[in-house]
Amino acid sequence: MKESVRFVVNGDPVEVLVEPGATLLECLRQDLGLTGSKQGCDKGDCGACTVLLDGRAVLACLVLARSVEGRRVTTVEGLAEAGRLHPLQEAFDTQGAAQCGFCTPGMLMSACALIEENDQPSRQDVREALSGNLCRCTGYTKILDAVVKAAGEVHQARAAPKGGGKP
Amino acid sequence: MTGRRPVGPAGPGPGSGEGAAFSVIGKRNRKVDGRRKVTGQSIFTDDLQPARLLHGKILRSPHAHARIRSIDTRRAAAHPGVHAVITGRDLPVAYGIIPWTRDEYPLAIDKVLYVGDGVAAVAADDERTAEAALALIEIDYQVLPAVLTVEDALAHPENQVNTFSAKGNVSKQVRLTFGDVEGGLAGAEVVVEDTWFHAGSTHAAIEPHCAVGDLGADGILTVHSSTQVPHYLHRELSRVLELPIDRIRVIQPAVGGGFGGKSEPFDLEFAVAKLSCLTGRPVKILYTREEVFAAHRGRHPMLMTYQVGARRDGMLTAVKARILIDGGAHSSFGLVTTYYSGQLLGAPYRLPAYEFDSTRVFTNKPSCGPKRGHGSVQPRFAFECALDMLAERVALDPIELRRRNVLGADTRTVNEFRVTSNGFLECLAGVERASGWKEKFRQLPFGRGVGVAGSTYISGTNYPIYPNEMPQSAVQLKVDRSGRVTVFAGVSDIGQGCDSVLAYIVAEELGVALDSIRVVTADTDLTPVDLGAYSSRITFMAGNAAIAACAGVKRRIQDAMAQAWSVPPGQVRLADGFATAPGTPSHAVPIAEAFQAAEARFGTLGGVGSYNTPKDVHGSYRGATIGASPAYSFSAHVAEVEVDDQTGQVRVKKIWVAHDCGRALNPMLVEGQMEGSAAMGFGEALFEEQPYDERGLHRGPSLLDYPLATTLDTPELESIIVESGDREGPYGAKEAGEGPLHPSIPAIANAIHDAVGVRLTRLPFLPPRVLAALETRRQAGLSWKGRR
Repeated sequence: MKESVRFVVNGDPVEVLVEPGATLLECLRQDLGLTGSKQGCDKGDCGACTVLLDGRAVLACLVLARSVEGRRVTTVEGLAEAGRLHPLQEAFDTQGAAQCGFCTPGMLMSACALIEENDQPSRQDVREALSGNLCRCTGYTKILDAVVKAAGEVHQARAAPKGGGKP
Repeated sequence: MTGRRPVGPAGPGPGSGEGAAFSVIGKRNRKVDGRRKVTGQSIFTDDLQPARLLHGKILRSPHAHARIRSIDTRRAAAHPGVHAVITGRDLPVAYGIIPWTRDEYPLAIDKVLYVGDGVAAVAADDERTAEAALALIEIDYQVLPAVLTVEDALAHPENQVNTFSAKGNVSKQVRLTFGDVEGGLAGAEVVVEDTWFHAGSTHAAIEPHCAVGDLGADGILTVHSSTQVPHYLHRELSRVLELPIDRIRVIQPAVGGGFGGKSEPFDLEFAVAKLSCLTGRPVKILYTREEVFAAHRGRHPMLMTYQVGARRDGMLTAVKARILIDGGAHSSFGLVTTYYSGQLLGAPYRLPAYEFDSTRVFTNKPSCGPKRGHGSVQPRFAFECALDMLAERVALDPIELRRRNVLGADTRTVNEFRVTSNGFLECLAGVERASGWKEKFRQLPFGRGVGVAGSTYISGTNYPIYPNEMPQSAVQLKVDRSGRVTVFAGVSDIGQGCDSVLAYIVAEELGVALDSIRVVTADTDLTPVDLGAYSSRITFMAGNAAIAACAGVKRRIQDAMAQAWSVPPGQVRLADGFATAPGTPSHAVPIAEAFQAAEARFGTLGGVGSYNTPKDVHGSYRGATIGASPAYSFSAHVAEVEVDDQTGQVRVKKIWVAHDCGRALNPMLVEGQMEGSAAMGFGEALFEEQPYDERGLHRGPSLLDYPLATTLDTPELESIIVESGDREGPYGAKEAGEGPLHPSIPAIANAIHDAVGVRLTRLPFLPPRVLAALETRRQAGLSWKGRR
């Protein structure tokens, strides 16, 4: 028996009818058409479905859709603002961090959760934050490069005085 | 084609450019699909959700080997929400990627050959209903003895695994001898001999296989699939479904990694096609991760014995190999694998005499096939370890030993393959310098060490999988008056970036900005044939086809502008979005205007180009064509490791990766291939194996149990690109996608020896194996770097 669940995804309030056993990943991909989050294993091993739940990185395949009632979900589709790529997305693209791109959405969301908390991460911090996201293409080198680069840009932007130029 | 500058001993390849002053080639450009990938907009097969979509599931055998006495699908067919049920009898045509070994059915007919063999398929309203229906299918199995080891398979030919086999359980046997091997060994001053075992591995692309079949009202069957060989899938769908090939359209959406694991047809593609034909609705099947492990086609386990003879000065005299290959249930590419296990050892060293005797055997396990570095990663592991032993025996630095035996450029291998450009010496020098080898080898404290290894790989194969004289790759261009160029090509981008490579080439040749290029690929209705993403062939072959396709268009544009400006056509330059006549500043127009001038003079602009391989550059013996390639890449790695002699744990600190890719059309993408390859080899060295229990059940078919290296495991990787400039490669380019995997494993093995003095011969190098080897050394009373 399907039941209704209401939550906010990428800033938009939504209401979806879901099966009791449906995962957040199924709900996002099949009911909401947000296919950016990927299914690589459907059991929490690969990290390709990582999304932010109230700002924390979670595996959407291990979260029941019912349990996100009233909560805030951010997917890769919500990362760019007004058509402008997030510094992480820009860095992944320009540093060659996305080869096949299948792990990329999950990587980006894990990295995003890290940078929100710590915008001056060491390379080891990045390794730890991304250790639940498997990539089979890159050997991770360029992914680590991209996250470190993007974090630096986010840090600079945050450190810059707001409304610069005003007396 | 003016002003080309030789970039190496073999000269530059096709493609224009003012010397090395390229506008696009050689730059760290974005990928054409990069922004879609980082925003989640790239559409992979499972992202397709057509209206009226049905979901399919495949029922799989719980037995490794059993006869199917009967199948009753009536209850499943009657289950609410079920639209169709099929069994092997609905698809009774045998297929196989190699035309000489068609030895599998989409769904088993009489016999199941491994745990996970497909038996029946269901299409239903949703996945849960399809799964429920599978449980209602009744199958009466007569369980047969399971043949799970190579030894068992050879000892019991009467327990035949694959009944298409002509001879017991032997899938393929190849024995080839070049030169006086026995004389070379007898005359050697030093002979090293040992046996190595590569446990095999699987691709584990993060995207599971997925396919959607859709029979339209017009009678055209469209199959979207996460394949890396749309052309071969197209052909096999036609054969097996017994539909005319022109009624079938195969489209490959974005693919989430392949590595060889999606380079032949799989049961799901035939099943969605048949189920759609029966229901008239689109049908999707997405493999579970367990099904991906059952589909397998990964690296073959190989047991390899090498005898390597040399003189006291380290010069090789002869090499003799005996190789036993565990093939699993079907041939797959196994005929080629068996040849490759021997044929690809002919470089980067000069072998005066060489013999290999390779036997591939059927067992009741998921079928092995091509994984990145097909057939040659395992022998390379064994042979490069043997070279390290040899260096030790003759008291030579292992890099120096390799240097002395280098094959060189513009020559032939012992097995008569033509080798053109060769940057192997530069690769060795690069890793020697970058790693600080001379200060480290034998000089790091006990527990730390460095190791070196080299390798070579093909840039595509000179002969296609099915014999034909047609081009291996083709490109069509649509050039329109807006200044935009659309590139149509059959190539399969599986993440390696070939769509981008074609865009770079066309942008370079026609002087168009990258953002003005559209690339349409891997759609059999729209794009000319390319044979697929395997054997590292696309940059070389499709790259050359793209250059050829541009040539006529470029000439027409130059002619039109030359007439307008009253200059010779050769003086019209197309670059960076403009047509110019250098020297006359007023002669400069945006490229769109130059296109318009050419269109006005010559009519609609377009171009076609194709590439076919050289066919006369190998020996005349049987099998001489297998391993023949238009150009060979070369690689050398140095690995630095730490070995904990208390726990047996090996930690790889860093791998320096040098690779001769001819010319890097985009160094960022080349580095990506080098790093990804080295990391994949690293995983095989330390972690990956596929154990099966005594009933043939995979012990851990998940991405948790199958230990893929994470960010925390993977060592630092440093790429050193070597550009030897191949005279036949596009701008001199050769392959980069597979070669740099090979040396990782033996470099790590050799580094472990340098660290603690033990030679590990069995992959993966798990702590218990390291400890056992250390214990053996202790018992023998041997010391290493001052430690017992």
